[in-house]
Amino acid sequence: MASHNESILREPLITGNDITYAKITNDVLHPVENMPTKAWWIGFTIASLGACLWVFAVSWTFWYGIGSWGLNKTVGWAWDITGFVWWVGIGHAGTLISAILLLFRQNWRNSINRSAEAMTIFAVICAATYIVAHMGRPWMAVYSLPFPNQYGSLWVNFNSPLIWDVFAISTYFSVSLVFWYTGLLPDLATIRDRATGLRRRIYSVLSFGWTGSVKTWQRFETVSLILAGISTPLVLSVHTIVSMDFATSLEPGWHTTIFPPYFVAGAIFSGFAMVQTLLLITRKVLGLENYITMFHIESMNKIILLTGSIVGVAYMTEFFIAYYSGGEYEQYTFLNRFIGPYWWAGCMMYGCNVLMTQLMWFKKVRTNIPISWVLSIVVNIGMWFERFVIIVTSLHRDFIPSSWAMFYPTWVDMSVFIGSIGVFFTLFLLFIRVFPSIAMAEVKLLLKSSSEQAKKKLLADGHLDPSHAEFYKESLTKFDSVELSEYEKI
Amino acid sequence: MSNTKFILGLFDDPDLMMHGIDKLQKNSIPIYDVYTPMPIHGIDDKLGIKPSRLGYAAFMFGCLGGTTIFSLVYYFLVHDWPIDIGGKPAFAAPSFIPATFEWTVLFTAFGMTATFFFATHLFPGRAPRVMDFRATDDRFVIAIDAKGNVPHEDITNLLKEAGAVEIKHNDRKYVSYE
Repeated sequence: MASHNESILREPLITGNDITYAKITNDVLHPVENMPTKAWWIGFTIASLGACLWVFAVSWTFWYGIGSWGLNKTVGWAWDITGFVWWVGIGHAGTLISAILLLFRQNWRNSINRSAEAMTIFAVICAATYIVAHMGRPWMAVYSLPFPNQYGSLWVNFNSPLIWDVFAISTYFSVSLVFWYTGLLPDLATIRDRATGLRRRIYSVLSFGWTGSVKTWQRFETVSLILAGISTPLVLSVHTIVSMDFATSLEPGWHTTIFPPYFVAGAIFSGFAMVQTLLLITRKVLGLENYITMFHIESMNKIILLTGSIVGVAYMTEFFIAYYSGGEYEQYTFLNRFIGPYWWAGCMMYGCNVLMTQLMWFKKVRTNIPISWVLSIVVNIGMWFERFVIIVTSLHRDFIPSSWAMFYPTWVDMSVFIGSIGVFFTLFLLFIRVFPSIAMAEVKLLLKSSSEQAKKKLLADGHLDPSHAEFYKESLTKFDSVELSEYEKI
Repeated sequence: MSNTKFILGLFDDPDLMMHGIDKLQKNSIPIYDVYTPMPIHGIDDKLGIKPSRLGYAAFMFGCLGGTTIFSLVYYFLVHDWPIDIGGKPAFAAPSFIPATFEWTVLFTAFGMTATFFFATHLFPGRAPRVMDFRATDDRFVIAIDAKGNVPHEDITNLLKEAGAVEIKHNDRKYVSYE
């Protein structure tokens, strides 16, 4: 059934008084059906300038080769793979929200899954461009695929984690795209049925002729559930395999068995931080405070706290095992993170990821929007430094001290990285312009059971345990989109 | 005899619409289809729509994907060009697992979604067969084939009693065609 009375103890997922199905459609489609605002144009201009910088820097790399980066024979991987792992990690939150939270029946995912999934896709695009760019000669990418060739055929080596990565990233990208687009169909049909002329034709093609009949909905739900079921192990496998790029080597600092779970937790951690960074702005700029509520923000902060603490435990385990192993190279590598020339990168990593997120234990911090936003940026920075420390700090002390070196990024390194952020934001801004940024059909499902107005009706009807009602009113005080004065009477 | 082809009962509330379905069925009026802006659980049972078999398709596609890549890797690394890596066996099954897993997922996702699109006639550019434009927005629409279901006034009254906010007698089946 569409509606039943949800426990009053649960906080509302949709706030506001006069929310109807039509209002949800109008609110969500407002940015799609109207000309963009000034804020959008400013953001888009800056982002697309970044994207242009990316095009220039990557073209420069292809023209002059990888020599234009700051790599040397000791540090042969640096900002490129740091950026790659960072972006793939950011992508993981989208799948976590859309797949794992669906399996756990977490209804609060309904209003954030669409934009988080879009973010996944754009982040994986950024990651994939790093892979192609770091080859220097992009046409060499074809040799990562097992095509018959004139050398024998000499096949790709399926014992190599790098080949597993090719399969994992390409599968992850395409499956995420299918999941996202299938979920978009009903909402694209909504745009189509409200539009006229050319817009209608375009959205008609995009919506595949969706009508919302009983049978399509029933099939649609089966498809969503199974896609969620297979995306869950998929997302875990992707960062597991990314971590194996390092863990299967013999490099001290990389050769650790804790890497797969540690990387997966770190990926979800950084991904949620990026979701938080984007949604706090999106909700404000697009006026979606009633759908992305304080409950959503606090829930995401709780996940950031949990995964950040898992990452913290993984860090401590790494240090302990380095000490306990008795291997002096291993011990040196971990000591070197604090006393070596890259001590500042180590401090950024441990400080931003472990110390700063512990602030989230305080409810005042979790429910404060500016602080949450700043902390989400801090986590993004910290997770970039984590990959930098793992990659560069481990490599820069070679087994032969005469090969010891430092890594100095060139302007090309920096431009590719800043540019990739530009590409990401350009794609995201285009997305909120042409597609509904909230899954309307899924949010409409919550209106009769989990909205503030439904709960208010329950309160007004009475028949509730007064302590439960008090508990509920108390929980509303943190919301920035709830009129508390209305609750004094009931 | 009127030109009415379809009678549409438009509801603004999913529970009232469910009530409407019950009411029509109690009066032995066959329902052509129901269009809703969001998935409503339980209509499929009422209308006698069988549970989806897409799960079986997904499983078969998954098996196909896993078998395909495992066979290919076996052919590449064991049969066609075994590489001596420190004397280790060419058939190193554990390192075949990642690619096998990925393609199992890949084939499941693409195969199942393609089957879904095929079975429900969804593809880019398909002319949308919309009976009422608000069915994707805020109206829960019960469609009744008017042919043979007379008198139309009785149906109208039943829908009204059930709480329909609007009842339409459409001369055309689909309003989306130009």
